Amino acid sequence: MSVVARLAAFLALVVALLVGVPKAIALTGRVDLYYTLTLTSLLSIASAGVWITFYIGRINIGQAAYALTGAYVSAILVSAYGVSFWLTVPIAGLVCAAASVLIGLPILRLRGVYFAMVTLVSTEVARLLALALPITEGAKGMVNLPLPGPLDIAGVTVIPDFAHLANLRLGFYLLSVVLMLVTFTILYRLVHSRVGSLFLSLQQNEELASSVGINIAYLRIIAYAVSSFFGGISGAIFAAISQSVYPSSFTVADSVNFMLNCFLGGLGYVVGPLVGTFVLRFGWDLLFQAEQYQLLIYSIVLIGLMLVLPNGLVSLVGIRRRKAAR
Amino acid sequence: MDGILQVESLTKRYGGLVAVNDVSFNLMEREILSVIGPNGAGKSTLFKLISSFVRPTSGKVVFQGGRISGRAPHLVARQGVVRTFQEATIFKGMTVRDNVIVAHHLRSHASLFGFFLGTRSARADEASFARSADEILDFLGLGDLRDELAGALPQGHLRALGIAIGLATDPKVLLLDEPFAGMNQDETMRAVDMVRGVRDRGITVMLVEHDMAAVMRISDRIVVLNFGVKIAEGTPDEIQHDEKVIEAYLGVEDESIGT
Repeated sequence: MSVVARLAAFLALVVALLVGVPKAIALTGRVDLYYTLTLTSLLSIASAGVWITFYIGRINIGQAAYALTGAYVSAILVSAYGVSFWLTVPIAGLVCAAASVLIGLPILRLRGVYFAMVTLVSTEVARLLALALPITEGAKGMVNLPLPGPLDIAGVTVIPDFAHLANLRLGFYLLSVVLMLVTFTILYRLVHSRVGSLFLSLQQNEELASSVGINIAYLRIIAYAVSSFFGGISGAIFAAISQSVYPSSFTVADSVNFMLNCFLGGLGYVVGPLVGTFVLRFGWDLLFQAEQYQLLIYSIVLIGLMLVLPNGLVSLVGIRRRKAAR
Repeated sequence: MDGILQVESLTKRYGGLVAVNDVSFNLMEREILSVIGPNGAGKSTLFKLISSFVRPTSGKVVFQGGRISGRAPHLVARQGVVRTFQEATIFKGMTVRDNVIVAHHLRSHASLFGFFLGTRSARADEASFARSADEILDFLGLGDLRDELAGALPQGHLRALGIAIGLATDPKVLLLDEPFAGMNQDETMRAVDMVRGVRDRGITVMLVEHDMAAVMRISDRIVVLNFGVKIAEGTPDEIQHDEKVIEAYLGVEDESIGT
């Protein structure tokens, strides 16, 4: 695809998501879809983070720890300190990034299954911390969080007060979708810049990368921090939408799902985690009809997909294009 | 006799085993120095010690007056001492050209963030890396293969790509780990020319090698190790007539000392 075609496709996606979907929902009256789409958009942001750690060659099953941390950071700042929600989102991201630097320094030396295991445990550690710390209010969680207030920049109201919105669901939907688009634009730029090549060089051969003067420890930390930043902001917004956060808001199962989203979508494609998240989420919901067989069918389909499409769903597009080129 | 790089009483112990025992020698600017020795003589360990992938038990490596042993490999590379790897250590999933472009890391002026944003200096870096990569690939005869996936290259070209990656860092000293291993006569000839070409670019070359014929042909000087100890040092001619060297190889592979 040429640059123009890519740009056109991107703009079409933006219009479809910001205008088309709300129109379609208004016409069909399926307002329940707003919540699913909002949640899925947020999950895809966290998955995008996991995808970056995959891109440097690390299996990350710990994103839920950062999503949970981000949710609590935002909730505590908003409810206990009265900080504007809009400010707490980047703060939540930065706190998670800082935490990931501290955690990453020792554990990013590990590779393969060892790194994966430690990240898996970190999710559980985050949950236990949320249960134990006084500031997170233990198992009863933090509830009745206020809705996001207005965002004023230089006296101009950029985002209205969510408490006075006529359509709150639409507001959260637009917020999440815009953030998702921004996230994936950043991810695209990151991967297609020299930074992406450097990340890829780590994935391919860390020893060689180090021998040509690449500071592999530093780059690993950067990648992991960006990854965790995405986890943090998605968690922060999740807390605002559900107006609550519990130690069980994000669990090991979520961590595994974030990873699966990347696997299923495709580890070699920037849109992989996006496609993966939407397909998995909606696939799961569609299988609701199957009642007690839901999980069984879901799992079998997942295993099948991984066997047939080891490079993810997005690789289907690549295969078709390669055939056309022949 | 000072030289560009000094190996001073370098020793490496692995438990009770002394892999490298009190080895000293100098590397002169713009020479090709080979380190040879029977299997298990400690060549590979010495190589890893000099490129700082392994920390010495005692002794040190000094490059242009500064100690490099014990520092992180990427910092040693930054100073200008760069190694290649045995076998085919390359970025398999990238194109040949991207392999060399990414290896230009040490020449970048822009920061990571600058590359992300695509600032003016980042774009200038990227353009100059691409130009330099093409030049290096043409120099090593890989020009026609630049868009191939590196993992799909045949063996001989892989070795050349390894050297291309090394050259991309603009090294002062290039350490080659068995550059002729597994090559037939023809390929070795071409590789010998390639290494000479590298030296003619003003780069000092040190190599560790098994192939005696190639070593004798290419080296200005040779260091011989046996059981971790340096037993001889001199020109190819001197080495071929050295009693200790002949002894070390006798009965094992005496014919392979070469011509």
